[in-house]
Amino acid sequence: MLRIDCPNCGARNAAEFRYAGEYNPRPTQADDDEWIRYLYLRRNRMGVQVEWWYHRSGCGTWFLVERDRRSNEISRIMRWQPGVAETGSLSA
Amino acid sequence: MSLKLLRQGLGRRPSRMWHDRPLKDHYRVVIIGGGAHGLACAYYLARDHGITDVAVLDKSYIGSGGSGRNTAILRANYLTPEGVHFYDASIKLYEELSRDLDFNVMFSQRGHLTLAHNDGSVRTMRRRAEVNRIEGVDSRLVFPDELARICPQLDLSPAPRFPILAALYHPPGGIIRHDAVVWGYARGADRRGVDIHQYTEVTGIDTANGAVTGVRTQRGIVSADIVLSATAGWSSNVTAMVGLELPLDTIPLQACVTEPLKPFLDVVIVSGSLHVYVSQSDRGELVMGASVDPFASYSMAGSLDFMESLAGHVLELFPFLSKARILRQWAGLCEMPPDYSPLMGVTPVDGFLLDAGWGTYGFKASPICGKAMAELIATRRTPDLIYPFRLSRFAEFDQVGEKGAASVGH
Repeated sequence: MLRIDCPNCGARNAAEFRYAGEYNPRPTQADDDEWIRYLYLRRNRMGVQVEWWYHRSGCGTWFLVERDRRSNEISRIMRWQPGVAETGSLSA
Repeated sequence: MSLKLLRQGLGRRPSRMWHDRPLKDHYRVVIIGGGAHGLACAYYLARDHGITDVAVLDKSYIGSGGSGRNTAILRANYLTPEGVHFYDASIKLYEELSRDLDFNVMFSQRGHLTLAHNDGSVRTMRRRAEVNRIEGVDSRLVFPDELARICPQLDLSPAPRFPILAALYHPPGGIIRHDAVVWGYARGADRRGVDIHQYTEVTGIDTANGAVTGVRTQRGIVSADIVLSATAGWSSNVTAMVGLELPLDTIPLQACVTEPLKPFLDVVIVSGSLHVYVSQSDRGELVMGASVDPFASYSMAGSLDFMESLAGHVLELFPFLSKARILRQWAGLCEMPPDYSPLMGVTPVDGFLLDAGWGTYGFKASPICGKAMAELIATRRTPDLIYPFRLSRFAEFDQVGEKGAASVGH
């Protein structure tokens, strides 16, 4: 089973967590097209993406996981803070 | 062995169902994806509209994606009038398909039962039965006394944790040989002059002035007037080549079969509450599936989690299967739209058409989707049947909510 390194609790089975969709920052100012993109459209690519996970059966933390969707290999795990996913190689 | 059989075996070589032809540098229509959808579209383009300058490209062998990975269940008992109308048209084409293709697709209309284990499910089933009845689809609510006659093997006692309260009975539903559908359409299209190119991966799509001009493959560049993406499971990756994002999340769906058992189950059993569906194939194997995996991925690896929960739920319905052994397990990719309805038709890129978002309901729609897309390509008008499933429905807040009729809860 996929193991995920919770920032608080350490490595646990993925069954303890809930996948909560790809990282998709909410726009602060947007026209209709931008809102529709935010609400519905997803990158959904065969490759590395940043996504939200939630430690449902553990500490309840929401955090970001950078995962290769072909192999499920996890390359980075980040506590959320403003701009964390946009810096460096983690552009979502 | 009879002499005749020996002579036949040594003599005439069987004719090929479809042929490897050279890749031309131009086609009127290029269809990306050689599954049941893409091949059906090619077949109906040739049969109904006389358009044979068509290439079907697949990065692997034909039928290697969802067409060969589904659990081959056909039904039309959906929740919305748009959905019922559409899937019913598909069942009607499936009923004629063996004769039409001159190829036995082994469609067995053995009946389909969707079990309800709580009041909420009973309400949904009742609503579906009413929508189906109005749309002319044979579908009705049945209760345990009648269920015991339709499927006496079910545990209808109050003993299980979630006793069966009622079921939606859909007699025209059933199972089919899914590979035969792919092969039949491929042969039919090939005989009418369509080129089928296996192991030809599209690596890019060319556009000019907002219109599609062709595709790039590892075997060369092919120009085309129309490009259709029929690559459900992987669609977001194909549409990214023209800068288009889709409202989809690709999630694996696992399935398995048991060792062959004596025939005992002649209806399709689905339970949304227990997250399971079971049918028995002609070989005697129980074909079983459950809900999609808990997270988005393109990996098709199996998991013990899936097998454990599936086995537990199947045993709630059929306790006597506790000694049956699992023969093999596999997974397919389901791209889920937010409203559980597909995406078909035109896109903002002129000449680039979409046949995507097939979630857990794509195989059963192959004939009608292929026929409708062929009509769209030939007439350049979106058929009324698929207009509700257009991509622009999200921008227009006009979704077609089919979650209540998804085979199992997701």
